[in-house]
Amino acid sequence: MSESFEVSRRALLGGAAAFTAATLAPGVVLYARSTSEPVTNAVRWGMLIDVNQCQAGCTACVDACNTEFGLISHGRPDTDPQWIRKVTVKDRDTGYTQSFPVMCQHCAHPPCVDVCPTGASFRRADGIVLINRHICVGCRYCEMACPYMARNFVHEDVTDQKPYAPRGKGTSEACTMCVHRVDAGRVPACVEACTAAGHATMLFGDLNDPNSEISKRVAAVKTSQIRSDLRTDPGVRYQGL
Amino acid sequence: MSTPNVTYHTIDGRNAGTWAVLIIFAVMAAIGFLAAMYMDHNGHWVTGMTNHVVWGLPIVVAIFLIVSSTGCLNVASIGSVFEKQPYKPFGRLAGITALAVQAGGLAMLVLDLGRNDRIITFVTNLNPTSIFSLNVFLYSGFFIFVIFYLWTMMDGKKMGHLYRPAALWAFIWRLILTTGSGSIFGFMVSRSAYHSTLVAPLFIALSMSFGLAMYVLVMLWLNASTGRKYPSPELLRRLRILLGILVGVSLYFVVIHHLTNYYTAERRDVEKFLLFGDNVYVPLLWVGFGLIGSVIPMALVLLPARTFGSAKISLGLASALVVFGGHCFMYAFVVGGEAFPVELFPGKIVSSSFGDGAIAHYAPSLPEWLLVIGGYGVTGLLITVVIWALPMLPSSFPSEADQKLH
Ligand code: SF4
Ligand code: SF4
Repeated sequence: MSESFEVSRRALLGGAAAFTAATLAPGVVLYARSTSEPVTNAVRWGMLIDVNQCQAGCTACVDACNTEFGLISHGRPDTDPQWIRKVTVKDRDTGYTQSFPVMCQHCAHPPCVDVCPTGASFRRADGIVLINRHICVGCRYCEMACPYMARNFVHEDVTDQKPYAPRGKGTSEACTMCVHRVDAGRVPACVEACTAAGHATMLFGDLNDPNSEISKRVAAVKTSQIRSDLRTDPGVRYQGL
Repeated sequence: MSTPNVTYHTIDGRNAGTWAVLIIFAVMAAIGFLAAMYMDHNGHWVTGMTNHVVWGLPIVVAIFLIVSSTGCLNVASIGSVFEKQPYKPFGRLAGITALAVQAGGLAMLVLDLGRNDRIITFVTNLNPTSIFSLNVFLYSGFFIFVIFYLWTMMDGKKMGHLYRPAALWAFIWRLILTTGSGSIFGFMVSRSAYHSTLVAPLFIALSMSFGLAMYVLVMLWLNASTGRKYPSPELLRRLRILLGILVGVSLYFVVIHHLTNYYTAERRDVEKFLLFGDNVYVPLLWVGFGLIGSVIPMALVLLPARTFGSAKISLGLASALVVFGGHCFMYAFVVGGEAFPVELFPGKIVSSSFGDGAIAHYAPSLPEWLLVIGGYGVTGLLITVVIWALPMLPSSFPSEADQKLH
């Protein structure tokens, strides 16, 4: 990990409420939060993915994520980072096939957080699950424990670091639900890109606010969570699965 | 006072052989350390590990050693907790072997971390819900209890009255520790190969046989290198029977574990993969663990000793095979369980650019093999240094007649 990204641990460990702008080094800010109010559990950020709207060949969400976080391929698919991926699911009997994005599901009961020995994996009060790269020891237990294969391990030196999302060789990483954007009142990069591409597959919003569009949609149509049998209660829901 | 009529000695530090052994182990440990530095410097892409098989060979062997270490204590526990005299003279060696084997495993575990320079965060940022944290606590406790137990064995005058309580505590702790190691896997809901309440008792059974085999190898190595007559004929007879039984119990638990999973519809696919698939884990389990690591060693120690010439040689051979089979088992268990795809959509045909639905590929790289050599180097080095510095090896035994009384 580039030393310029070392941060006072207190800024991250002060709990969710401490997620105001944490200055790491001149010009480098971690999880910048434009508002002064603390993160609370009054909000639960979530996503709704309408599988029927998703186009098989489209990778707009994946590309946007890679650009947003500077994730590049080294031509080694088994170790290259993929925070969001397009998964193709085919019914064995009927052959019915669907293709849609899967990323960290931002579980309400995240196994990755339970197993993490150092507390580097943590869940913010607003439901976003993150990794504190500064105390992650790189044990990969979270990668083992995540039922959604959402976590990656940084297998090599990282370049093109984004000030709002530091990465570090030897630590775990995953989709941050673009917390830097969310805290600034914007939507995640994947959602923005999907909309821009003209596919209304992804909807982001506050699941706790009954007046939000996402809450209204999940109240009106049948949606599901991947592996809901595991009771992890993901914040990412799927429609039409 | 534990063993009144036994005297102990150290090994001869001026002996060229001792130095040669020390240097060999030190070089092995250094090789492992350099391999870890190489992995650290380049990142884990230089290993065979990937985003799907995240724990590779070093973790496999580390878990094997940590699980075995508790079983190394068997000989001490049988002598002190269960009052079997022939075992008592070897309690000290069993204690130090247990510690050294565990230290070798832990060294590998730590060196394989992505950020081993941050090892202190295990303590400063401890997350109490993590089984890993629980294990760190259990490992530390194991060291403390076993060292205390060794102290009560070695300082009979002052500490003798605490000998049995210390032995009992060490015994209880080792059971808890192995339960903790098993629970790292058993509690994992994400991977169908592991998630089972049977994993903890399975690990306890395995620790008994693997650990005894490791211990016997250390004892026979010292026997050969110091020219002592270890083990005594009575102990030799008992160790053969004990190893045979423990290997049988381990095999039984492994069979039950796989049968239970096979009969659970949702786990049948992964079981078919591990038991009958076209992959390296199948021969490792059936031939490596089942045949070479269990059936053949049982025959070697349970059939009359004269069948194979020397009782001692067949015990040593059986132990070596059990250790070999133990590595095969752990590899098939850990890596096999990772290679089978995580099931996000059970029963469906799944694919993606991230390996969804696909069998993950893993082949250990050279640095990983070298790190394993390093782990064994640490174990060997510790044993050698301690038996050099402290009187750990028995020079005389209670008479055979005495021993038979118990
Ligand atoms: S999807 Fe995986 S990484 Fe994300 S919160 Fe759930 S368990 Fe953790
Ligand atoms: S890899 Fe890092 S985030 Fe994941 S469990 Fe280990 S310490 Fe926690």
